Amino acid sequence: MPLLWIVLVVLGLGLIGYLMGRSRALGSAGGDGRQLHSLPSYYGWHGFMLTVVPALLMMAAWLLVAPSVIENRAAAGIPDAKIAERGSRSLVMAEVRRTGEALDMAVAQGTMDEDMARNLRADFTDVTERLKATGAIITTTVDQPILEAAQNYRVMAKASNLYMSIAVLGLAVVGLVFAFMRSDKDFRARNVVEQGIKAILILASTIAIMTTLGIVLSMLFETANFFEQYSWREFFFGLNWAPDFRGNSELGMLPLLWGTLYISLVALLVAVPIGLFAAIYLSEYASPRLRAVAKPMIEILAGIPTIVYGLFALITVGPLIRDWIAQPAGFGNSTNSVITAGLVMGIMLIPFVSSLSDDIINAVPQAMRDGSYGLGATQSETIKQVVLPAALPGIVGAVLLAASRAIGETMIVVMGAGAAAAQMEQGLGAIINPFQAMTTVTVKIVSQLTGDTDFASPETLVAFALGLTLFVITLGLNVLALYIVRKYREQYE
Amino acid sequence: MTDATAQGPDASRPERSGSLIALDERTRRRNRSERRFRLYGLIAIGIGVLALVVLLTSILSQGLPAFQQTFVNASVYLDPAKLDKNGTRDIEEIKKVSTFGYAPLIADAMDRKMESLGIDPEEFGLSDKDALEMISKEAAAQLRRYVIANPDQIGQTVEFRFLANGRIDGYYKGRVTMESAERDSNVSPAQLRLADELKADGALGTYFNWDFITAADASENRPEAAGIGVAIIGSFYMMLVVLFLALPIGVAASIYLEEFAPKNWFTDLIEVNISNLAAVPSIVFGILGLAIFINYVGLPQSAPIVGGLVLTLMTLPTIIISTRASLKSVPPSIRDAALGVGASKMQSVFHHVLPLAMPGILTGTIIGLAQALGETAPLMLIGMVAFVREYPGAPPEGFFDPASALPVQVYNWTTRADPAFVERASGAIIVLLLFLLCMNMIAIILRRRFERRW
Repeated sequence: MPLLWIVLVVLGLGLIGYLMGRSRALGSAGGDGRQLHSLPSYYGWHGFMLTVVPALLMMAAWLLVAPSVIENRAAAGIPDAKIAERGSRSLVMAEVRRTGEALDMAVAQGTMDEDMARNLRADFTDVTERLKATGAIITTTVDQPILEAAQNYRVMAKASNLYMSIAVLGLAVVGLVFAFMRSDKDFRARNVVEQGIKAILILASTIAIMTTLGIVLSMLFETANFFEQYSWREFFFGLNWAPDFRGNSELGMLPLLWGTLYISLVALLVAVPIGLFAAIYLSEYASPRLRAVAKPMIEILAGIPTIVYGLFALITVGPLIRDWIAQPAGFGNSTNSVITAGLVMGIMLIPFVSSLSDDIINAVPQAMRDGSYGLGATQSETIKQVVLPAALPGIVGAVLLAASRAIGETMIVVMGAGAAAAQMEQGLGAIINPFQAMTTVTVKIVSQLTGDTDFASPETLVAFALGLTLFVITLGLNVLALYIVRKYREQYE
Repeated sequence: MTDATAQGPDASRPERSGSLIALDERTRRRNRSERRFRLYGLIAIGIGVLALVVLLTSILSQGLPAFQQTFVNASVYLDPAKLDKNGTRDIEEIKKVSTFGYAPLIADAMDRKMESLGIDPEEFGLSDKDALEMISKEAAAQLRRYVIANPDQIGQTVEFRFLANGRIDGYYKGRVTMESAERDSNVSPAQLRLADELKADGALGTYFNWDFITAADASENRPEAAGIGVAIIGSFYMMLVVLFLALPIGVAASIYLEEFAPKNWFTDLIEVNISNLAAVPSIVFGILGLAIFINYVGLPQSAPIVGGLVLTLMTLPTIIISTRASLKSVPPSIRDAALGVGASKMQSVFHHVLPLAMPGILTGTIIGLAQALGETAPLMLIGMVAFVREYPGAPPEGFFDPASALPVQVYNWTTRADPAFVERASGAIIVLLLFLLCMNMIAIILRRRFERRW
């Protein structure tokens, strides 16, 4: 039974549960709502909840667990030689799944009947051609072990679907009957329903934890796979980045890390002075009218998607810097460069620095300024010698947050910084020129994971290790920044 | 304090002499530094605003031409001998004629057009084939689509507006010049002169290009036919998924954290997680989507459902943070009053606090959606950079069909060689920015109209 149908039937049963629970409770009170413990609708919702929620939870659990169980059992029939030949088990299983889908399509189109799809033998008939004719994506010749596994897979998937339908609908009916039996005028329906709703609320709020867990686990798992195939020493301390999908790649992370930090540094050199001065002016000097115009204008910069900045770097800033600065001065002739990406990223970070610093400067108590003015200091002296030192921890926190943003930024560097890794082996002179193209961690995550990827090779898996490194770095910066900002806030509250 | 007067003036400082009205050197220096400091602030704001202006002008000036396109007007005789050999008007028969079968009809039409205008391509040193190359390769496909949609028109002569070749179009947008055409293997100066002649006679003109907004992407060598239709649908589907998942989950989580959660390690853990997720780089969510939704669960690549799920996880922290702020802004007196007349805690929240916080929640949701709409990096990892020509189907099946998304389409176009695609990419950005502008306007209006100050 298709999933959508199961859900609809369960919801239908839930509706019946609502009506039955409500009417039985009302009936037990002789039709007089005042005799009930709770409002009649609570008895209804009690019926609905007990019918629908356990059934749908069961379905979700089944859908989560069943595929891997089926896959394991189907894979058990494939000889090891086959797996060795194709490279890895996951590749073979992908083929099995595709073949299974092709068989389904053939049955659906009527070119095969059910018996044939189940008992077809690859050594006797031209299965590959017939399956290709259905329009399915079959890339290699289908041979007997694969076909057999695919047939098993199909049969098991069908059986699993059937059992699941029975189990889910059965559970819904059991819930319905149970709720019906419990509905009685003395039954505390509202308390039960509210407990249920609270459980759902708690479940919703744990999604944040599950997301973090999902991020960490998925990356840890694949990173562990990567380090089985590639030495972690060479990854963390290697000076050369030269992936090669035919093997013998050199996957040192340091050139990418250097590129990331260099571009982020340029971006911060642009964003921090501009953002900080803008924040100081807006909070200390600007008239309310100027503030009302300029602050939203600068904050628009924060709402513009990064792809727009990327395009800006690619078609405007890059050629401009190449034609007017880099080429005449002989620094290089690439439109992609550290300075292009850094400059544009700096513009993106201005509102980030300025609005955070603005809040922090505003939080400095007025009494401190007044004290300084009373001693005869000018406004700028007050700012430089009283306000900024007082706000410094908060500003450092803001800069750290901006740095974490810069390190994790993707689109601007993909479009503005280029794809060539820094040539660290050629010494400092080769990597310090800001007018040359340089790549970053995020760019390489994108380039290793897009297109046709083979999830068994170290060249692909390295992206997960890079991702984990990125996650750890940004997480560390964020935690540090939030800690500093929070400490600072407490100081003046 | 009494002995303060006993001390004489500080010996290390020169005694101040002269008038109070005329400023001395030190005061002037301090005032100069004050003015300089102000100026720095103004310059910083100026740079910020200037950057915004330059950014928008650059995108607008590059992208606006994408909404105009050069077309060639031609009346085509839909020859039954070529399109429907048996004369049965059977739609299946007509579908068998490929686009190659339609090319001669266009050649015919162009011949007649030139003849009627008294233009001979030979005069420009062009063969008939060269002259025909001025029309986009998409024209035959356009003709075929029309005939399949209107089989009864076979045998008639019908007016068509064909797309001109991307280079001819570029000539009228200033991208291609006579000099660059000399070096270009795809267009010759003679063709440009012929195009000028045709334009003078009204056979060629520039019109508003609806196809840019509705059409699907086109292949590398026909930029003139590329459009953002599939990308808009894909983005729209993803926004639907985000709206229907992130809003309820985000509101439920916020209600729990703000109204019910006891102060313990578990709540702390959730709070720490939410604030950290808000700052995790978006590309990490892409890796999560690839590893969990595609590799583990087995959802199809490039599907809006996967994109929607990834963007949901990404926008949840934003929505939770803004929802909690607006729940917090509802004064406790409302809750107390509800509890006082005998409502349960749950009823006080759902009947009173939530409706009062709704405008703030919706504003936060719209801003979260706007953020999700512009997000590119995670979508690239889940295969949305693929070349998609087919429109996804209607929901719910359409959520599982391959589709593109607006920002990814922009990226995709910037990676292609033909400069005409840069114009398309900027045009798509304009559409994206318009959507974002609308969403933010709605958010601002909602806030202005319904926000209450307690």
